Amino acid sequence: MKRIQFLLALTVTLILAGFAQAKDIELLNVSYDPTREFYAEFNAAFARHWKTTHGDTVQIKQSHGGSGRQARSVIDGLAADIVTLALAGDIDAIHDNAKLIPKDWQKRLPLNSSPYTSTIVFLVRKGNPLKIKDWDDLVKPGVSIITPNPKTSGGARWNYLAAWEFARRKYGSDGAAKEFVQKVYRNVPVLDSGARGSTTTFVQRAIGDVFLSWENEAFLAVKEFGAGSFEIVVPSLSILAEPPVTVVDKVVKKKGTEAIARAYLEYLYSEEGQDLAGKHFYRPTSPAAAAKYGPQFVKVELFTIEQAFGGWARAQVEHFADGATFDQIYLKQ
Amino acid sequence: MASAIPQSLTSRRTAAPPARRATQDPAWVRWVLTGIALVFLGFFLVLPLAAVFAEALRRGVGAYFAAFVDADAWSAIKLTLLVAAIAVPCNLVFGVAAAWCVAKFKFPGKSLLITLIDLPFAVSPVISGLLYVLVFGLQGWLGPWLQEHDLKVIFAVPGIVLATVFVTFPFVARELIPLMQSQGTDEEHAALTLGANGWQTFWRVTLPNIKWGLFYGIILCNARAMGEFGAVSVVSGHIRGETNTMPLHVEILHNEFNSVAAFAVASLLALLALVTLVLKSMIEWRHARSLQGGT
Repeated sequence: MKRIQFLLALTVTLILAGFAQAKDIELLNVSYDPTREFYAEFNAAFARHWKTTHGDTVQIKQSHGGSGRQARSVIDGLAADIVTLALAGDIDAIHDNAKLIPKDWQKRLPLNSSPYTSTIVFLVRKGNPLKIKDWDDLVKPGVSIITPNPKTSGGARWNYLAAWEFARRKYGSDGAAKEFVQKVYRNVPVLDSGARGSTTTFVQRAIGDVFLSWENEAFLAVKEFGAGSFEIVVPSLSILAEPPVTVVDKVVKKKGTEAIARAYLEYLYSEEGQDLAGKHFYRPTSPAAAAKYGPQFVKVELFTIEQAFGGWARAQVEHFADGATFDQIYLKQ
Repeated sequence: MASAIPQSLTSRRTAAPPARRATQDPAWVRWVLTGIALVFLGFFLVLPLAAVFAEALRRGVGAYFAAFVDADAWSAIKLTLLVAAIAVPCNLVFGVAAAWCVAKFKFPGKSLLITLIDLPFAVSPVISGLLYVLVFGLQGWLGPWLQEHDLKVIFAVPGIVLATVFVTFPFVARELIPLMQSQGTDEEHAALTLGANGWQTFWRVTLPNIKWGLFYGIILCNARAMGEFGAVSVVSGHIRGETNTMPLHVEILHNEFNSVAAFAVASLLALLALVTLVLKSMIEWRHARSLQGGT
């Protein structure tokens, strides 16, 4: 019996110890897949900045996964002070389903709340054996394409819309675009739930001939595995991906972390934040960092989602909601 | 006459080539079957296990241990141990109680109880995780109430413990029920007629009888509690340094192209599995001996 009492006491102590640790200022940044390396470095930079300007120690915790899935977790109660997701549609969902943020969240920070941008490029194996140059080449028979699932991954939705817009411009109609995108997905052997899962599928499991990837993720893969193994192919047209950020109002009000959470996001726009974004292959928006890191990116014609699809709210309903075009083309196969 | 027959038999046996016994297969069959089994084991068990350790030690012992010094890895190890330290005793108490009820008593709804015990085996772990999200999530039944009272269940340690308890629920009970059923209730009846009360009967008669089966169940339960991925992944929220258990941490490291650290943490889990197997065989051996001693 003594032993049981001891174990009980031990358990209770451990649990209490777990609670007692959470005393410093702690922020949780719920983000999407390919931002891991960037935020790991940015968090350290912000913590230093906050320490020197305010004297407080701040610890920023990170959580990463497919953008849609992360939004779902926040809706279900994951207490994120900050969300930095792959697209505005996923943050809209946090407003629509849980009312944790106001409807006009995207107007609260400059540049549509997107401190850095990116785009979609192709990653192919060394020497580009299948001579993939542009979106057309993806629908050729025998080309195996890796892209994550648009239902759960933000990057995958940018991929999908970029392919759609390319085909619409080239073949002239939405009907033709749908047919084209269907052919693209016919060549996809695995749909991972997030961008990083697809990267490992393509890079480490060596499945597929071409990987439709975030530009920063493609650069990272080339950097990690050496320029000898992979090549980046930039198509003739791609989409300007604007991964937005916001404070989760209800959570920060409750935790009393509103001021520091806002400062964290504003720091993304600072020169140091912009410089780190460029270093991790995001396209910085500040003129200085854009000039410094501009040369590493290939010039490509970019269209915005507002121009081509009338914004995320509409694109979401037309293409990714239940029964919308993605379901139509994918379930029919 | 009677002795002549065996004599002729033995003489014939020495003369003719040794005949094959009915219970023995020809040598080539035995070798092929053993070979297949060994090759299979080698490919699907030994090779992956060796690969885990080889990958983990690829950059030397220093890099191997560096993986555990990392704050996130350390917190994942602590969380895993904490979760197991709560889940296993819970299921120990529950498992013994349930097995006791099922094996020693007759009551209406008994088959329903047995079905419920088996439920976590039948349900996919991901589904069991989602159940907790549906109940405790912000949009779930209890979510708003929990939020008001500042209680965190999912995306925090309690949710991970709950999911683990659910998934490891049947191990102890399943191990004990057949054992206790086969033992019957005679010894308990004897104890009671000799004047022992219920508690004494349990501590002095029932528990010693099921000792080895119980240890076995605890070991299996513990192994699963530490290794569970699916259900925990759904309720964890993947907050680094806070709600990542070891299996989730392995996935994160792998996804960050940090394969040495990923395999180092994986090797720790593999070591746990090996220790479990050794303990399991030891207990089986002791159990077999105690059975022989008993008869």
